[in-house]
Amino acid sequence: MGTKEEARGTLSSTDFGVAASAFILSWNTICSSFPPWTWVLSHHQVEGYLSLENILLSSTQEEHGELSCPGPGKHSHQEDPIDVDDATLVHTNPCKVHYCDLHIIYCNSYRVPVLYFRAYDSDGEPLGFDEIEKDLPAYSKKALSDSKWTFITQEEHPYLNRPWYKLHPCGTSEWMKLLFHADDALAKTGVTIELYLVAWLSVVGHVVGLRIPLEMMKQL
Amino acid sequence: MEEAQKYVWEGAIPLQIHLHESEVTTLPTPPSALILAPRIGYLPLLVPQIKPHFSNALPPGSPDTVWFDYNGLPLKWYIPTGVLFDLLCAEPERPWNLTVHFRGYPSNILVPCEGEDSVKWSFINSLKEAAYIINGNCKNVMNMSQPDQVELWRSVLNGNLEAYVRISSKLRLGTVGDEYTDGGGQGQVKTGRVPVRLYVWSVSEDFDDLEDAPQIDSWDKISYINRPVEIHGEEGNYFTLQDAVKSILPEYFPNKSSTNEESSRDEDENEQTVPSEEGEKYLSENVESCYPTHNVEIKLVRIQGIEPKMEIPFSWVVKNLTNPEHYLHICVCLKVPQVL
Repeated sequence: MGTKEEARGTLSSTDFGVAASAFILSWNTICSSFPPWTWVLSHHQVEGYLSLENILLSSTQEEHGELSCPGPGKHSHQEDPIDVDDATLVHTNPCKVHYCDLHIIYCNSYRVPVLYFRAYDSDGEPLGFDEIEKDLPAYSKKALSDSKWTFITQEEHPYLNRPWYKLHPCGTSEWMKLLFHADDALAKTGVTIELYLVAWLSVVGHVVGLRIPLEMMKQL
Repeated sequence: MEEAQKYVWEGAIPLQIHLHESEVTTLPTPPSALILAPRIGYLPLLVPQIKPHFSNALPPGSPDTVWFDYNGLPLKWYIPTGVLFDLLCAEPERPWNLTVHFRGYPSNILVPCEGEDSVKWSFINSLKEAAYIINGNCKNVMNMSQPDQVELWRSVLNGNLEAYVRISSKLRLGTVGDEYTDGGGQGQVKTGRVPVRLYVWSVSEDFDDLEDAPQIDSWDKISYINRPVEIHGEEGNYFTLQDAVKSILPEYFPNKSSTNEESSRDEDENEQTVPSEEGEKYLSENVESCYPTHNVEIKLVRIQGIEPKMEIPFSWVVKNLTNPEHYLHICVCLKVPQVL
């Protein structure tokens, strides 16, 4: 990543690809009990993006909702707790099972990644934002209302011709700049590109209730 | 004020709009509404003109959001009308026959639209994005005074180019293109980015007549590419429209320069991906992406309803054919040989 980009908190599309590969490797190794993030090529082969789908949005009795894995059918329900701070998977009310897909897509205009997501019930029916919000943990609801960093709108997915929810990129470069400059050692070791997405998702994931395992965060 | 810009702002598409048969409750069926739609405008903005025409025929009850379709294809309301026409009518149809619906908004396909406010929001957002591309920040758009914002939007609504130029010049959104048309290529040589939205559809066979071109019956047949064109100082006057289009389709037209990391990078990523059941899918997709590039042909390029010569200086195109939100919308038809 050129120093100019680094200084601005942005990254080139090539660097996004590099960051994505590193992120996939890291996540799939550290969170092997989770479904893997995958790299998907848009149907016209022009651009690729990161995808994590069929994540169970579970609502617990005491705590709030949290994006937990595994999704239904593909993975077992019994999981060992991973290096996450608190509660893991809790059985949900089968009538109220909600799922969510996350896509991380590079935005050529703002030169940053952008998070797109959608949620649906077990019949595949899309969920409105009110329903999604109910499933989110309290810390997410707070992050959402703290609109300094985030702003969610319903927009068209860049490749799939369907409405998805999008977390606005405006301001991403600002806090990415802060994240990287906060740690001189990080800047000097030159591994910033590879850790870009881990850092980015640690902030953005917060908003949709996705927790980055501690072990991944330790790299930062 | 450039002549061409005036023509662009005055450009309009004659529409013949009929109410969807499922919503007609009177006999005889109401006649079609004939409307001249500004090219740089958006379909939802025409609703105040269209609705009164059909209000007697509508079933009782409060209507849903209005939407339009062309030959069954729901139309994306945030795409300028002129672009929709250039894209979906290979052979221009005059008047353009559209169907209007007041019920049954296809919210699984179309993003919600609450009339003029949604269109305005989408416009300002695109303007912000364009500002970021051109200047590296959206400060000037974000800091627009409320009266200025209102006047800017109104100038677009009313097609008032003079008012528009007055307000938009405050935004300082001149692009690299300006330097070459005004300064004759002398002085500072600058690298810059130009906001472009490309709508690409591919055909596998030649067609002589546009009438024979295959119909676009699904948005999945169109690749929407929102990528800025980068102009490097040295290229200046010699950078043509063709250069520009090819530069943002590196997958079809690999750059001759040595900085062509994109395609090789993609291959590396696929190798590094942890193999899963999707692994095979990657491999086959990777193979498919290797088009025999010498056979990919640009068959058609349409901007604001015209098909400029590909050798035209890109800077001229940017200066004269951009939309009010400072985006250049380009419809491209590629002939891509079928991969066996």
